[in-house]
Amino acid sequence: MGTRVGKQTVRLDGHPVIQAWSAIVGAKEGQGPLGRYFDEVIQDEYYGEKSFEKAESKFLRETFAKILMKGNVSAGDIQYIFAGDLLNQCISASFGIRETEIPFFGLYGACSTMGESLSLGSMVVESGFAERVVCITSSHFCSAEKQFRFPVEFGSQRVPTAQWTVTGAGGVLVGSTGNGPAVVHITTGKIVDMGITDANDMGSAMAPAACDTITAHFRETGLPHNHYDLIVTGDLGNHGKKMCLKLLEENGILIRDFYDDCGVMIFDEKRQNTNCGGSGCACSAAVLAGYIMDKLTKKEMNRALLVSTGALHSPTSIQQGESIPAIAHAVGIEML
Amino acid sequence: MEQKRTKKEYIDWSQKEAPKSPKARNLILAFIIGGVICTIGQLIQSLLMTTGMIKEDAGIITTLIMIFLGAFLTGINVYDDIGKIGGAGAAIPVTGFANSIVSPAMEYKKEGYIMGVGAKMFVIAGPVLVYGIVTSILAGIIYYLFW
Repeated sequence: MGTRVGKQTVRLDGHPVIQAWSAIVGAKEGQGPLGRYFDEVIQDEYYGEKSFEKAESKFLRETFAKILMKGNVSAGDIQYIFAGDLLNQCISASFGIRETEIPFFGLYGACSTMGESLSLGSMVVESGFAERVVCITSSHFCSAEKQFRFPVEFGSQRVPTAQWTVTGAGGVLVGSTGNGPAVVHITTGKIVDMGITDANDMGSAMAPAACDTITAHFRETGLPHNHYDLIVTGDLGNHGKKMCLKLLEENGILIRDFYDDCGVMIFDEKRQNTNCGGSGCACSAAVLAGYIMDKLTKKEMNRALLVSTGALHSPTSIQQGESIPAIAHAVGIEML
Repeated sequence: MEQKRTKKEYIDWSQKEAPKSPKARNLILAFIIGGVICTIGQLIQSLLMTTGMIKEDAGIITTLIMIFLGAFLTGINVYDDIGKIGGAGAAIPVTGFANSIVSPAMEYKKEGYIMGVGAKMFVIAGPVLVYGIVTSILAGIIYYLFW
């Protein structure tokens, strides 16, 4: 059974193991610096479907199937799915898994969904209520643009702080047995809102939330600041990453040498014109299920802290002049 | 939040640190792209006038042709790239207006012809129409009263 070590943090003494993982991404992500770490790269933005929303569901569905295949389990072996996405009413997740007949928790944590689903899934496995769960999420550039910004063919200019929603899906299979990367600590974020109202500058809105969660993680676990080989935030982008590092340094946490951001890692912003970097649920999910899991299992890294970040606004809240509430969920993954 | 700043201080700081738009570059590109679009329009109008058409008629036909070009280039996925480079230079001419109507029409076609295309077509252009018409009414009233 797990132990609560602080207001926001629990330690999972049973060490739920990430038994399998998969990431399927779109063409642009495949051409990015991490392209070779993904299981599949889909060139067609419609993925053979009739709409962007259906394409996003298919990304999630295919990724789910791939996880089961790689984990050598069938759908009947999974007790719960924890999934979510960016679209209204989380349709990518629910439509993506509607044929699976597996008990399902739909989550909304905006781009922090991977951290949120992995946290909850690991807690359920740790508690003994499930032997195996799948934690998965997706996003799609075109469906996100359509919902949050402008139609894809509208000729607008993107501001330098804007980010590029990652197309794809990523997920993991968490189980109670086996060897492999284990979830050891979970620090659940609380909402932090520093008053940013510009939906094209989500890095600034989310950086304080990431800083808050990372600070709480080290304070409550008592771990040394160099405990992890890699601390990676979800999708702060170049600007948010810089802000987050400065905020952390003000809190006395010096992690510059082993800190990065999935949004910065996944695209080459100069070559791919992605401005501040990647964003979206699939950003941290694909980097986790692609790059981080690969490095952990090859022992090139032993410990990683995934801090998925999310901006919890909607187009309506922005139009009504509300500021952007942000959240960050941290999951400490270690090779034991 | 373990913050040493007020919200106001944080917003000011983050804006100061944020990467800035390349204003000079954007201005020049908007000037060039907008200029090219208008020159094409002028070229069409002048060509039409060489056929003996009067200026007013040629102007109307030119506008129709430019709207068609904007819509056509949107349909073949080109106008968004022009917009990315040209910014306001691509948005303000009538071709940009066509783009702002055709792009949501394409995007929302999946939601059907009534609630999709029909309802969402003016989601960007709607405000321009509303305030354009309101302004022209006001201008008309002023013209009627004082001239």
